[in-house]
Amino acid sequence: MFACLHAPGNAALLVECARNYSPRIEETSPDTVVFDVLGLGLIFGAPHHIAAEIHRQVGLPANIALASNPDTAVHAARGIKGVTVIPPGQEATMLASLPLYLLGGSPEFAAAMDAWGIRTFGELAVLPRPGIAARLGDEGLYMQRLARGEGDRLLRLQDKPLEFQEEMEPDDPIELLEPLMFLLSHLLHTLCARLSSHALAAHEIHLLLKLERAPDHTATLRLPVPMLDAKVFLKLLQLDLSGRPPQAPVKKIRMRLTPVQARTMQHGLFLPSSPEPEKLEITLARIRNLVGTANVGAPELLDTHRPDSFRRGPLCLAKQPNAPAARSRQGLRRFRPPQSAQVFCTALGHPAKIVSAKAQGRVIAFAGPWRTAGDWWTREAWDWEEWDVEIANGLLLRVHRDCRIEKWFLDGNYD
Amino acid sequence: MGPAAILRGQFQAFPGYRQEGVFRWDKRGPTETIGSRVGEIPRGTLTEIAGPASSGRMTFLHALLAAVCAGQEFCALIDAEDAFDPASAAAAGVRLSQVLWVRCGGNVEHALKAADLLAQGGGFGIVALDLAESPARITRRIPLASWFRLRRAVEHTRTAFVSIGQQIYAPSCSTLKIELRWDRTLWRGHIPAKLLRGIGITAQRTRNHQVGQEQFTL
Repeated sequence: MFACLHAPGNAALLVECARNYSPRIEETSPDTVVFDVLGLGLIFGAPHHIAAEIHRQVGLPANIALASNPDTAVHAARGIKGVTVIPPGQEATMLASLPLYLLGGSPEFAAAMDAWGIRTFGELAVLPRPGIAARLGDEGLYMQRLARGEGDRLLRLQDKPLEFQEEMEPDDPIELLEPLMFLLSHLLHTLCARLSSHALAAHEIHLLLKLERAPDHTATLRLPVPMLDAKVFLKLLQLDLSGRPPQAPVKKIRMRLTPVQARTMQHGLFLPSSPEPEKLEITLARIRNLVGTANVGAPELLDTHRPDSFRRGPLCLAKQPNAPAARSRQGLRRFRPPQSAQVFCTALGHPAKIVSAKAQGRVIAFAGPWRTAGDWWTREAWDWEEWDVEIANGLLLRVHRDCRIEKWFLDGNYD
Repeated sequence: MGPAAILRGQFQAFPGYRQEGVFRWDKRGPTETIGSRVGEIPRGTLTEIAGPASSGRMTFLHALLAAVCAGQEFCALIDAEDAFDPASAAAAGVRLSQVLWVRCGGNVEHALKAADLLAQGGGFGIVALDLAESPARITRRIPLASWFRLRRAVEHTRTAFVSIGQQIYAPSCSTLKIELRWDRTLWRGHIPAKLLRGIGITAQRTRNHQVGQEQFTL
């Protein structure tokens, strides 16, 4: 079953309306859109209920026709005002009274019809097929099939990339965050409704604020998982803007959501609990505002032998493989940056006494040295001699001597 | 006489009836715990781990994080003084991609706020607040109301809140208090092939005013 919308001068609106019902849409002409409504019966019921629902949704004077094939739907929508539902098998009857110019065709076909005095679909439909074939060829037979409502072509789909972008230009520049958030809320709800109608979610939010007498303010929020909650998006934007507010009044807002497939998740009674992604993202945004973006995340070790090398990665909420087996048990508490220390050594070069702001005392036991060096071809080269030392008060320290500058540092204490 | 009283009377008339056995009701139910190689800590409550430097606090925390990660749960570590060492944690069996690490750069107030947000957010197996390196003159001034708020945030959840410090800060608030004490350092081999093997500690666990003491090597 196919539906056709026909309204002169409203192509964009017709396409938008059609997208609410089907991803299979053909823009037949600037004023006509035809789309597949197979399956909508499960939601709306009989074809006349589907037609009534589409008519209600369009919101402008448009002709709507439902038929079993696209051509019949297009001709009915162009020729019959209001809502038309053509039951299967009654196409020829319903189209019979339509004027023939709606069929289109070549100038020769139109001239022949004019010469024969054929003015309507019905008059063409009843002509004998052999006579049509002999005089007008394949085009004549094709046009007669269309006039009888027997078209059987497929939709010519246009795979346009979906874009979810909205703009707004307030009458007066906005100076405060609160009214700005009010407008952003409106844009987000609109965009989320559009995403929802396509069964999509967003994983990036791009916000561009054009400012008065100042460079544009941009914000890009990357979400850990696809989400579709306007309230969550609004809260994230609010936290971002409150931490980094625009430097001048806002005169134009442009927002774009990057669409991705929505997340599907199977819940279970016996699965281990994990933070809800939406809630966690807001919590993390609040904490980032508090301690800085660089200080929140999951640590990730770098593929290097340089001591204390890691970077901040995202917290991975997906199921992980089994944890690696423990190789060592001793925990180290690091001093960042390493504390400068004065170390007195024996004649053999072993540490004998440590004096620093963090710890001081006589060394009663030690292990080492462990030599590490690397990156000698860069400016960040290191050449260390590491020792594990126990000082008189029971403190267990890891110290290192930087061989390049001949200085001692406390790395941390075993705890 | 109401129906409940009639029913109770019928129970009491039953031979072999023991009143305390029928009508006692334990509202608390069994307590869920996180089991690790260094002992168990209860979920849904506040646990304090205290001790001086080199008394095994960080090793204790690594063991707890590893146990939670092994159960496919997530951990949050609020590191007030930026002292967490990812390499030694990974070596202890902690899956780092499941650990949310918040570095507060020495700001205890930020650490408390972040801990509160994460505890309120829920979903973590453990939320650990590491105040071990923070100056005692600051951590001692944390109001008791803050600790109660944190405990309240994890009550009736599967999240265990663990605070690590130099001393017990909220004795009336924490359900379990573990005080660690360094006993000896264990070395293996001789110079130049000498290795640090571990530290021997004594852990004193106090729960419901019952004190238990155990010694083990970390």
